[in-house]
Amino acid sequence: MEFLKNIFSKKPQSGSVAKDRLKLVLIHDRANCSTDLLEMMKNDIMQVIAKYMDIDEAIGMDINIEQTTDDNNKTVPVLYANIPIKNMRKKKK
Amino acid sequence: MGEVYVITSGKGGVGKTTTTANLGAGLALLEKKVVLVDADIGLRNLDVVMGLENRIVFDLIDVIEGKCRLKQALIKDKRYPTLHLLPAAQTKDKDAVTPEQMKKLCEQLREEFDYVILDCPAGIEQGFRNAIAGADKAIVVTTPEVSAVRDADRIIGLLEAAEVSSPLLILNRIRVNMVKRGDMMALEDVTEILAIDVLGVVPDDEGIVIATNKGEPCVCDKESFAGQAFRDICRRMNGETVPLMDLDIPTGFMAKLKKKLFNK
Repeated sequence: MEFLKNIFSKKPQSGSVAKDRLKLVLIHDRANCSTDLLEMMKNDIMQVIAKYMDIDEAIGMDINIEQTTDDNNKTVPVLYANIPIKNMRKKKK
Repeated sequence: MGEVYVITSGKGGVGKTTTTANLGAGLALLEKKVVLVDADIGLRNLDVVMGLENRIVFDLIDVIEGKCRLKQALIKDKRYPTLHLLPAAQTKDKDAVTPEQMKKLCEQLREEFDYVILDCPAGIEQGFRNAIAGADKAIVVTTPEVSAVRDADRIIGLLEAAEVSSPLLILNRIRVNMVKRGDMMALEDVTEILAIDVLGVVPDDEGIVIATNKGEPCVCDKESFAGQAFRDICRRMNGETVPLMDLDIPTGFMAKLKKKLFNK
């Protein structure tokens, strides 16, 4: 939905730009997690999954820390990873 | 036994000192015994915002070093009989005090007053540590800007780590017409991000600049919207349930009224 909104609105309003930028900055501030660390985690996760499935390496993996709300409606960080898979069963080499 | 509040923000220039002065005067108007403590050692300002700069004899450091009794350093505000100020030292720096000394001072003050309100310096270093040491409650002041909200988030984290229980938010300098246009974050945006309870919203008001020029807290100005916002905040601190001010209607109405009265 957010994506569609961005496409169809003429220009994003600066108030919501501020909010989005803040959210992103705070995720990193709060997590105290550097891009290097994310990259290292990404490589490790890729290796583990590649043992069992065929990952589409051309597209690559998208990993990020985002926010979600827990059962008590509190905002908590969540590690989000999007891993494109070519084949669910690993081909034997 | 009184309550000890610290007014803090992380970022400078968001209105900590103005808020402290107005909450002090506002609570005094509600006939509470209040003492304001300027914890910004070396950069004292609360005295000028209050208009009490000519009456300083002793300061916070003199009290801590035992050069005078606490009573001697307290300045009584003649306009509000129950309001007192303990000024900061201007010639010392922040390392002249320790958190333990501040704690002891707060304990002494809370025996005499209903409210002890500390004006915290900007930053997260020693001065901040000193100011929060003796506080049991915190009020975080921020403005609807990316930098101020980011710093407020950091401060909230530090307050929680220091076990200063659930801080409350004052969103300062909100401009309703800009929020309406979508060019300023609204209260809901800021509370969603910071996830803390709101104590009040203060509109951006020229009256604040004028009041500060004169050294009179604007909380006693019945015409001022910011003054109204601060009066509401004081009543909430005092345990009353006061709905958040509708910032929209008064400005529109007043603008129309002024136009009718003065332009035609």
